Amino acid sequence: MEELFVALQDALKKGHVSKEVADLSSYSYDASFGEYMPDIICQPMSTDEVVKIVKLSNQFDVPIYPRGSGTSLSGGPLPVNGGIVLDFSRWDNDITVYEDDLMMDVSPGVITAKIHEIAESYGLMYPPDPSSSSISTIGGNLAENAGGPRCLKYGVTKDYVVGLEIVTANGDVIRSGGRTVKNVTGYDMTKLMIGSEGTLGIITKATLQLIPKPIDTKTAMLQFDDFVTSGRAVSKILRSGILPSKIEIMDKYCVDAVLSTHPIEHVTNDAESVLLVELDGHPLALEAEMKVIEETCQALPGCKVIVARDKHQASELWEVRKLVSPAIVKFGPTKISEDTSVPVSQIPEFFKSIERIRQEFDLNLVVFGHAGDGNLHPNIITDKRKPEELKKAEQAVAEIFKASLKLGGTLSGEHGIGLFKKPFMYNEFDEAGMAFMKGVKKALDPNNRLNPGKIFPDENERFVLVHDE
Amino acid sequence: MTSELIKKLDYDATFDCVQCGFCLPSCPTYLTMKEEKHSPRGRINLVKYAVEGKAKLKDLEEAIDLCLGCRQCETVCPTNVQYGDIYETAVSVLRENRNKKLDSKIMSLFLERNYMLTLMYKGLKLYHTPFMYKAITNTKMLDILPDRLGNMAKILPPVKKQKNHVNKPFRTKKTTIGFFRGCMMDAFFSNINDLAIKILEAHDIQVVEISQQTCCGALQHHAGEMDKAKTLAKMNIEALEKYDVDYYVNAIGGCGASLIEYDHLLRHDDKWNKRAEQFVEKVKDISVIFDQLDLNLTNEINKKAIYQPSCHLQNVQQVFKEPENVIRQIKGLEYKILPEKDICCGSAGIYNIVNYEASMDILNRKMTHVKKVEPQLIITSNPGCHLQMLLGVKNENLEHTIEVKHIVEVVAEACGVE
Repeated sequence: MEELFVALQDALKKGHVSKEVADLSSYSYDASFGEYMPDIICQPMSTDEVVKIVKLSNQFDVPIYPRGSGTSLSGGPLPVNGGIVLDFSRWDNDITVYEDDLMMDVSPGVITAKIHEIAESYGLMYPPDPSSSSISTIGGNLAENAGGPRCLKYGVTKDYVVGLEIVTANGDVIRSGGRTVKNVTGYDMTKLMIGSEGTLGIITKATLQLIPKPIDTKTAMLQFDDFVTSGRAVSKILRSGILPSKIEIMDKYCVDAVLSTHPIEHVTNDAESVLLVELDGHPLALEAEMKVIEETCQALPGCKVIVARDKHQASELWEVRKLVSPAIVKFGPTKISEDTSVPVSQIPEFFKSIERIRQEFDLNLVVFGHAGDGNLHPNIITDKRKPEELKKAEQAVAEIFKASLKLGGTLSGEHGIGLFKKPFMYNEFDEAGMAFMKGVKKALDPNNRLNPGKIFPDENERFVLVHDE
Repeated sequence: MTSELIKKLDYDATFDCVQCGFCLPSCPTYLTMKEEKHSPRGRINLVKYAVEGKAKLKDLEEAIDLCLGCRQCETVCPTNVQYGDIYETAVSVLRENRNKKLDSKIMSLFLERNYMLTLMYKGLKLYHTPFMYKAITNTKMLDILPDRLGNMAKILPPVKKQKNHVNKPFRTKKTTIGFFRGCMMDAFFSNINDLAIKILEAHDIQVVEISQQTCCGALQHHAGEMDKAKTLAKMNIEALEKYDVDYYVNAIGGCGASLIEYDHLLRHDDKWNKRAEQFVEKVKDISVIFDQLDLNLTNEINKKAIYQPSCHLQNVQQVFKEPENVIRQIKGLEYKILPEKDICCGSAGIYNIVNYEASMDILNRKMTHVKKVEPQLIITSNPGCHLQMLLGVKNENLEHTIEVKHIVEVVAEACGVE
């Protein structure tokens, strides 16, 4: 390692290399609950520096773990086999806007919120809006194919990337796609790379597609007496001829937790389930569209509709949703956050399963999420210092995945498989499906140096939250 | 697990951190240094690792030393992590484990002994007499000082220490206010204290001088000298208890924060915790009082202005909106929001002297935002920030276009109080 460290120091002129304990400790975690010490930290500032790091890692046979701001909830960037953490957060300033093409080139460390801000300054919009967008880097969003509430109408990260610059496992620099919306020349390597969690190549530049920014938004809150009806309401709304930009859901536990500390006008905590609907577009169209939503929902039993009268009330209603994550940790300091997705029609059934799991394991299990696209966040709130509770949480997580897959859903809608969901991969894929993916990995990274230990489970690996000492 | 450290460091509080990273964009040192160890999340993790034996105390030093203690991370934290407590225990433990820094020695000398303060006043007074100023500037005497001290000396305003006697017991008033002057504030900005008192009196409030008040103890507290901080707190509590006042008002974001946390500082002291709680209830920043008054704002101030809040006024005293409420009422004033307004300016007590380079990086970032807005006036709410903003303006050669004024000075001008 010492020799590699010296070589890296020589290679990186603008970037930064460290093996101080304070630095290694600081890149040993992300927003999940895993902890793995790396051996060396590199903060590259150019494609050239990334190439040098990759070549040196090959020469010294050391794995590389690319990382952004470390907001991953699936353990995506954790250096499980030690080696080099390749932190892109310092390289946050290479941005070129092609205003008339509605495109933008960005370096991997650019913060997502900065992309939003710059796009807006041109009257444009970059739609993907993961809730960590004020912190997360675009590199991390690309690696995990991040989503967010607005994806209901606009799609996910991969739908807004038209070109990439990639450093391959052997240190070559390749380009995929370009600066056009349409491009069917050759394999679509761009889409293959996005969501590959840093296991197939290292993204050093991305060309993002922007769209015109909608002029206005309008918000309504729908409160339901019954969980299952709220699930049905989602399909009803989507079939009413209107496509909202967001439909978010929260169960009564989430709403209770928020309102207990932040009372909000007109919002009562007697509903079993709450939907937040946002429309975007021309102000005149919004008025008419909101009427359709109101009529559609009022026809449902036990549904109370609050349409925000102005921007201020709209932001107050959204406050309920924004405060869910911080509010629910009052039940305990450890949050196991899942992001399973089910077909929209199966939301009511999935809710029933969640209720059953909550009662069976007697855990603080709450659900909120992006109901419009079926991407839900069951969260188990526990305390990692209590092993017996973690044992129960382990079993509950397995049950949640089982329920989702049974309904035609998937393990992960937007956080990625990373470290913590890989034991369940064989539940979603059969041998042939897994072998196909492993084949891709083997072809592109034959020596398994790019983010090893992720996505693919080890032999007989099972999900554990508590390690027996 | 180091049993000794688990008692001294706030290990339990580190578990409240879910490592979501929401604090990263609020942290001045993370924004300028772009290294995880210089973020609140990184520092909390290092404290945790130190207890768990995964890192040594010396591995914490750089990260903890370079924290400004601005506590903006607490304000943005979605899970309400008590960073201040974690940080405070780390500072304290590190202090026990090494020799006191020279800088903090100098500061305690100044702050604990009145004669040192007097000496300092005299020295600065001399520097600010036209003759000496010229002599010193021409001979470039200041250049032999390290940058940090030289630059600070250049921006220090002339010392004005003329105590105003404000105790007028025969006037009947509705509200009675005790006024806390602060040591640095009273050395460099006693005119601001005097103006604050005059504004209050002009609005029918009786202001009482709390004669035995002493240093608030903020710098000692931040340096981990808890015993000294507690002694000073008790002296101030005793001083105020002698008077029957409605509020204890100050115009110093940093000192006010120190005063308002006396209940926390003395929470384990059965003899003092109740008295501290009563004391704390009375502590108010001047902007909060201004906001409650129907200010007689007769004069126009035709300037484009920005407000640079004091971190401790916001993140510790929880005073966010009041200063801006007051500023927006001033006739003629065009108030603009400074981008990254809530990020610390890099002053942070004596941080800009002890960690000069880190502080200047933070200030430079601040000044790029200031230059975007192009204000004619920067309004401050704490003497440390005030000096730092003066330094920023000077570094950018903008002394002739941008004025720096404390909110009290601005309100005084608008009310026609001199």
